[in-house]
Amino acid sequence: MTDKRYGANFIHRQSFIELDARERATALIDAGTSRELLGPFERVESPWLAMQGVTPQEDDGCVVMKGKIAGQAAVVIALEGAFQGGSMGEVSGEKMTAALDLAYADSKKGTPTSAVILLETGGVRLQEANLGLAVIAELLGSILLLRKYAPVICLSAGMVGCFGGMSLAAGLASYVVMTREARLGLNGPEVIEQENGIDEFDSSDHALVWAIDGGEQRFATGLIDALVEDDTPQVVEAIRRFVGEGVPTVHRSSQVTLYRSRIGALDTSRQWDPKELRTLWTAKSATEGKQ
Amino acid sequence: MSEFTGIRGTVWFRALTGQASPMSGDPKSVLTSDAPIGKEQARFLCVVPDPHGRFPCARHGEVGLEEAYTLATRVREVIEQCKNTIKRPIVAIVDAKSQAYGRREETAAIFLAAAAAADAYGSARLAGHPVITLVVGQALSGGFLMHGYQANRILAFDDDGVMIHAMHKEAAARVTQRSVAELEKLGKKIVPMSYDIRDYAKLGLLYKLLHVENPEKPSVTDIRNVQNELAGAIADARGGPVDLRNHLESKEALEMRKASLLVRSKLEAHWLEN
Repeated sequence: MTDKRYGANFIHRQSFIELDARERATALIDAGTSRELLGPFERVESPWLAMQGVTPQEDDGCVVMKGKIAGQAAVVIALEGAFQGGSMGEVSGEKMTAALDLAYADSKKGTPTSAVILLETGGVRLQEANLGLAVIAELLGSILLLRKYAPVICLSAGMVGCFGGMSLAAGLASYVVMTREARLGLNGPEVIEQENGIDEFDSSDHALVWAIDGGEQRFATGLIDALVEDDTPQVVEAIRRFVGEGVPTVHRSSQVTLYRSRIGALDTSRQWDPKELRTLWTAKSATEGKQ
Repeated sequence: MSEFTGIRGTVWFRALTGQASPMSGDPKSVLTSDAPIGKEQARFLCVVPDPHGRFPCARHGEVGLEEAYTLATRVREVIEQCKNTIKRPIVAIVDAKSQAYGRREETAAIFLAAAAAADAYGSARLAGHPVITLVVGQALSGGFLMHGYQANRILAFDDDGVMIHAMHKEAAARVTQRSVAELEKLGKKIVPMSYDIRDYAKLGLLYKLLHVENPEKPSVTDIRNVQNELAGAIADARGGPVDLRNHLESKEALEMRKASLLVRSKLEAHWLEN
């Protein structure tokens, strides 16, 4: 308890990471307004897992909850990292995409409906391979539709992190919120090590993994919008703030000129200390570069 | 098969545009050109290997940081040009090994570069551009999400050298703790796991499978047929909605994606209840 990072309030914190997907979604929605859609009692589960001897789950690891956030219409879609690593299957992916499309329809009709997506996922569920990849492509299309009318907010709290095709969902989001414990990247460290060897990436070097993919680094380099403690009231406050901010003037994924020039300026003859990037890509210059 | 990645991309890019070079200021790994399809000028894009590329993990036809931002730039250029005029078609020729797997890539946020490429293609589609994907070789994983999967029509060659998949066989076997042989056997039983393009076609995501005599060395007839098919796909895309709902409307999807359709109808009913 001598660590200065943790104040006296540390022991009173209400961990968000320790909550499951359903509890997380409930915590984000204004008290008394939440309603789960297509819940586990509907028993719409993956048709592909049982064929492979894998036990399906009755919500396919995806919780959709409609309600209000800071008094405004919203839908929260939470992936359950404890089921198949939060992976995207046909059903979980379709739940997410369909919910976004319904939010889009309402938003277009005059009721802006924000979407909050809780990303604890390694990406495609390989047992559903091509349908997993397809639902991710469809999901990206649906984020692009909705984010013109209402903010799409991605939250990665940990501990699974957000990898694979689903990192593109975070990339397309209007706002991204992370904790220090969470990680965000396209390829997980193990995958890079398998593909290109331990010299390219030593996945057992956890300090390196968090130095690159961790929430603190992603925030310090201007790639996400808020870094929060693993504390439920703080997480809720951040989400409410971004719902209130509405649709941003420009989305990060559309700032192609800025990021293309940043990539062009990097010295690729060597590996970088991730800290170098904090000076090159400060959060401030990302704002300046908005076209 | 993977050592040939990129050959088909270059061959077909040249066949359809008459040349195979990058635009000024672009890396050699991204070919962009405007060429006629029917009476209009379409924009063609393709990612190819560049053994001397700046990023060591993106030299074999992978879609890396530079490739993703270049694609995004060249697609956005067309959106900008056509702001107040007829929306020109955009054709993605795909023979991409995968996304680039590297430490530099992760450090410099390839997830955002990937999103930027998907954003550009998806925004072009939503703006009314017919976005057509022609899979001539491999279309794998994140590489396909960045370059190809936001199209409103996807065409692929009916050929053993064509593969659309979430992950290449060796890696998928490792992650799911199976042997490659077991994986192939499962693919015969479970359609979405199959590596065969004819099984992929059963998922309802393809507009058409095209027969081509020799994909590595196309004849004049092959090229003309593909051009006609592209023109057909462009016209079809113009006549349909700009979102991706066609994925679920094909007769194959009605069979293969029953679960998706059930999710949609139930979720919508619950959404409307109050």
